Amino acid sequence: MANAAPRGLAARFASEYAAHRRRKRVYATLFGAVFVVCVVAAAITAKFDVIKLVDGLPRTSEFLLKLVPPIGMSSFANDVREWYWDIGKWMGSLLNTLLMAYLATVLGTFIGGFLSFFAARNLAGHYLIYWTTRRLLEIARTVPDIVWALMFVIAFGIGPLAGILAITVHTIGAQGKLFAEVNENISPLPIDGIRAAGGSWWQEIRFAVLPQVMPNYLSYTFWRMELNVRSATIVGFVGAGGIGHDLFTSVQLLYFADAGAILLIIVATIMLIDVLSESFRHSAIGKASFAH
Amino acid sequence: MLKVESLTKSFGSLVAVDNVSFEVPAGQMVGIIGRSGAGKSTLLRMINRLTDASSGRVLCDDAFATEVDVCTLKGRRLRQWRARCAMVFQQFNLVPRLAVMTNVLMGRISYHPTVSTLLMMFSDADRALAIRALQRLDMVSHGLHRADELSGGQQQRVAIARALVQEPKILLADEPIASLDLRNATIVMDSLRRINQEDGITVISNLHLLQTARDYCDRIIGMRKGVIVFDGAPAQMSEAQAREIYGSGGQDNEEEVELALGATSTGH
Repeated sequence: MANAAPRGLAARFASEYAAHRRRKRVYATLFGAVFVVCVVAAAITAKFDVIKLVDGLPRTSEFLLKLVPPIGMSSFANDVREWYWDIGKWMGSLLNTLLMAYLATVLGTFIGGFLSFFAARNLAGHYLIYWTTRRLLEIARTVPDIVWALMFVIAFGIGPLAGILAITVHTIGAQGKLFAEVNENISPLPIDGIRAAGGSWWQEIRFAVLPQVMPNYLSYTFWRMELNVRSATIVGFVGAGGIGHDLFTSVQLLYFADAGAILLIIVATIMLIDVLSESFRHSAIGKASFAH
Repeated sequence: MLKVESLTKSFGSLVAVDNVSFEVPAGQMVGIIGRSGAGKSTLLRMINRLTDASSGRVLCDDAFATEVDVCTLKGRRLRQWRARCAMVFQQFNLVPRLAVMTNVLMGRISYHPTVSTLLMMFSDADRALAIRALQRLDMVSHGLHRADELSGGQQQRVAIARALVQEPKILLADEPIASLDLRNATIVMDSLRRINQEDGITVISNLHLLQTARDYCDRIIGMRKGVIVFDGAPAQMSEAQAREIYGSGGQDNEEEVELALGATSTGH
């Protein structure tokens, strides 16, 4: 039974299938070759030199060591207190940065989420709407947020407003694209169901699409909040204030110990957000998928 | 021989399957009937261990060299058991984006090391087996189509082909025709019966309608609220026993009972 020669239809399919597999193998080989060539070419143009890398690696520790002042065992508490001499101001700056990130995440997610329906091929309706929205989202996200920040600093002056706007624009672009991809992966059956019940496009979005995509939206939004805390720090470098501004100033004035103290605060904050959002995300998504 | 002994499953305070015992000799075709929520699906899913039993045993002596209690299997042996105790589902459960042929080859994954299957490395014998299975189910001309391009009846035939290449000893079918129209339901049930008779594979199928079980099965097990209330040949079931399986005593589901019993199957 194991190797009886197939006849008729089955024989025809067997040869068709073999041809299909040969074709796939040729494509896979070609694709693999192009992939390897690209990796090698990228490494050469970027001057990715392994010897230089191994050589320079120990020197990175020199910089890292400068970030931490001498801390003695016997005077530990005192030394740390001295290291964090300006903790009050830094915590205030940190709060500023967090609020910037939060506001930008909320604004960007709502606007980007709204646009995502027009950037999803299955929902946009007209191709022109789809194409235009996609390009707008691309512009919003490919221009680095630091460039947006510079532009808004020039327009609205130094301060958090410029930072918030810059991150918002970038968030619109990123969320719009990610949400659009979620939208395109939904099952079309409920849409038919709502449409057959006489629903309008808005009703289809509200009742057939949103329930399917909400858990993914939530997940992406928490992740975006993490990224935006980092972005809010960076835009501080160019005049948006917050902890980024403090970090930038201390590096400029060569106060490396201050820079180290601030960096540690930022890392700890990101970790805290990660832990919190992780647990919140799990409970929110859990509830979302068990609802109804 | 498959022996189910005092199998019980509770979800919190709800006892879905309550101390169920029965034996199925190799090669029998069994229909399990009952209302929705009678515990039919849970029972089948405990047999192939998609659901773990709360207590009880499932003994099988023709899947491995010796008789084993399926409920204690772990890891590789558990996966082997699932392959030898294949299942087809009400919603077919094919992978929608994969080709029909690839879906059928999924039935072979338990026979190879994980890494080689991840790279889609199957043997010529596997492919020949898959093609033959598709041919038996009259689906060979759809081999390169994507599974989600097919109609429900076609998808269920692909799912049966996938089950067949698992080279199972037992084939479980969980409401295999509940999502299909009459013509496709007939094709699917005919296929299951043919596989049962030609290959000697034990078939245990959950069915909603009594008439389907009468037409196709050697034996009927009736379940109600997690308990077996009838077990015997189709001819032995009386009208009263059938009503007991489906009836709730209330007026509200009188129509449903009549429908399940096939009393008002055509016209009014």
